[in-house]
Amino acid sequence: MTDIAVNSLANARPPRSQWLDFWEQFRTHRGALFGMTFFLFVLLIVFVGPYLWTLDGQYIDIRARNQGPSLAHPFGTDQLGRDTLSRLMAGGQVSLAVGITAMALSLLLGTLIGVMAGYFKRLDGLLMRLTDLFLALPLLPLLLVIIMLFRDTLRTAFGPETGIFILMVFVIGITSWMQTARIVRGDVLAIKEREFVLASRSIGTPSRRMITRHILPNVLSPIMVSATLGIANAIITESALSFLGLGFPSDFPTWGRLLFDSTDYLQQYPERVLWPGLAISLTVLSVNYVGDGLRDALDPRIRGR
Amino acid sequence: MTEATAKPLVQVRGLKMHFPIHAGLFQRHVGDVKAVDDISLDILEGETLGLVGESGCGKSTAGRSVLRLYDITDGSIIIDGTDISSVDQDSLRGFRPRMQMIFQDPQASLNPRMTLADIIGEPLDEHERLSKGQRLGRIYELMDAVGLNREFANRYPHEFSGGQRQRIGIARALALNPKFIVCDEPIAALDVSIQAQVVNLLEDLQKQFGLTYLFISHDLSMIRHIATRVAVMYLGKIVELAPRDALYAEPKHPYTQALLSAVPEPDPAREADRKHIILTGDVPSPSNPPDGCNFCTRCPKVMDICRRIEPVFQELDPGRYAACHLFDTKNTTAEPTAGTRT
Repeated sequence: MTDIAVNSLANARPPRSQWLDFWEQFRTHRGALFGMTFFLFVLLIVFVGPYLWTLDGQYIDIRARNQGPSLAHPFGTDQLGRDTLSRLMAGGQVSLAVGITAMALSLLLGTLIGVMAGYFKRLDGLLMRLTDLFLALPLLPLLLVIIMLFRDTLRTAFGPETGIFILMVFVIGITSWMQTARIVRGDVLAIKEREFVLASRSIGTPSRRMITRHILPNVLSPIMVSATLGIANAIITESALSFLGLGFPSDFPTWGRLLFDSTDYLQQYPERVLWPGLAISLTVLSVNYVGDGLRDALDPRIRGR
Repeated sequence: MTEATAKPLVQVRGLKMHFPIHAGLFQRHVGDVKAVDDISLDILEGETLGLVGESGCGKSTAGRSVLRLYDITDGSIIIDGTDISSVDQDSLRGFRPRMQMIFQDPQASLNPRMTLADIIGEPLDEHERLSKGQRLGRIYELMDAVGLNREFANRYPHEFSGGQRQRIGIARALALNPKFIVCDEPIAALDVSIQAQVVNLLEDLQKQFGLTYLFISHDLSMIRHIATRVAVMYLGKIVELAPRDALYAEPKHPYTQALLSAVPEPDPAREADRKHIILTGDVPSPSNPPDGCNFCTRCPKVMDICRRIEPVFQELDPGRYAACHLFDTKNTTAEPTAGTRT
């Protein structure tokens, strides 16, 4: 059998890696390519930048407060004379890390619950009522209770910053998976009835491989969309929580915290709101474009157009 | 092939597939859709059994139930000496390579996100341990067998025409060297020129690999071409089962007669003075079939007894079976047995 493949088939290419096709399609999506470049650029600035721009974002220089952009402080300083660029970079590390991990957690939960509910009829009622329950919970009191209960334990276990980071990711992840779960369940219900699933059953494919081989690839589009929206949502939720005093400590910079701090000075120094605002919205926009490109590249029917 | 020497590969006895209807506030079980209601048939090794009937009579459900794609309500299915009617789906996995299925809609039966090589390779991944090279070699063999260019291995289903897609489906069904294939209207979604190609391909493969087909179709002329024996279904039951030539020459059951009279005659002179049997009314709901014979509401030869007593599926001549009270006179014991069955 193998020598057929070698000899008489010199002209027939062996099946190519699908990732190559995928990359080729992704490259043709200009917005996605641009978005990805920008996102990598933001990551680079945020994580490598502090080594090049060595001013400490926590250092208070009260004589240099409320300065506009200058060579010493390209983005100016805040009301305590802290360098805004340093704070933006430090805040970006936290915001992006929270955004990506919380999105990953909520996506994992949402997809898992959605697929289970859609595929296994016995679990459907239970899991969907759980989803309804979470949707119906008033979010703020829930967050208050969770943070009251777990903040100190986590702080002592992992240190103040890591502890709060874990708590934030958990809280945001656990309260934002429901939409994904509902969308995924609906799609799974539709795909489960398609004939190729029946064909696969007639081959004897067990449920777990049925899900990974046939169901998941076909519900990828809605998952991808929720993922990109999820990052944005997580960054914004994190800033809202920080604003309410439930998140990171007040002197600990995140993009959301910087934004809320600057709103007090909106009338005197309007440019100060601009920096974190731009950082958040451009990052979110670039992620959305990347998600759009990924979704198109993962769908073979759109490929080559 | 002579029937005396052939042994049955598939034996179906009293197969029932009822889908429950749940209604009301508490989702109570209020009835059943009797999609397949007590059918029995044998499929001999190497033959093609045609299964015909109008839309909604339960042909496809019967085919799927025989492969245990559904959990059947009642009855026994013996394929190749193994009773598969009551084993659970996990233990059934080992039997799957022996029985495969070709689906009606080639577009819907192929996963749009998989390449042709992955689709044909899926059964191999599930049941055989092959190296990458062996797997590819086997995929190429199968593609050759069904007449697909090897260049197509990387392509996706949407890039093919209907006939090519159906070939992919056939290659997938052949991948594990099955003995028995259920063809669920494999040609219904194709245009006429492609139908001929696919049917010829199926016949060639049958000779080449010694396959046994259960060929489900509503196309009587195609069944006449491919089948060795024909079973006619009406509302979940088999009303007549006979060798092909005998059935087409002299249909016994009134429903078969009506069905055959609907096949157009190519010769206009003969078509002009041919008698059509036109059935009136609709097929009754399979959730609420009539008492007695299922066909009694539309039968042109209906008798009083038909509305009370279900006819027995009996052998009229050797190899010819029908379920109709018209033939009860030959067999005086038929009525008491029918009475006990209802």
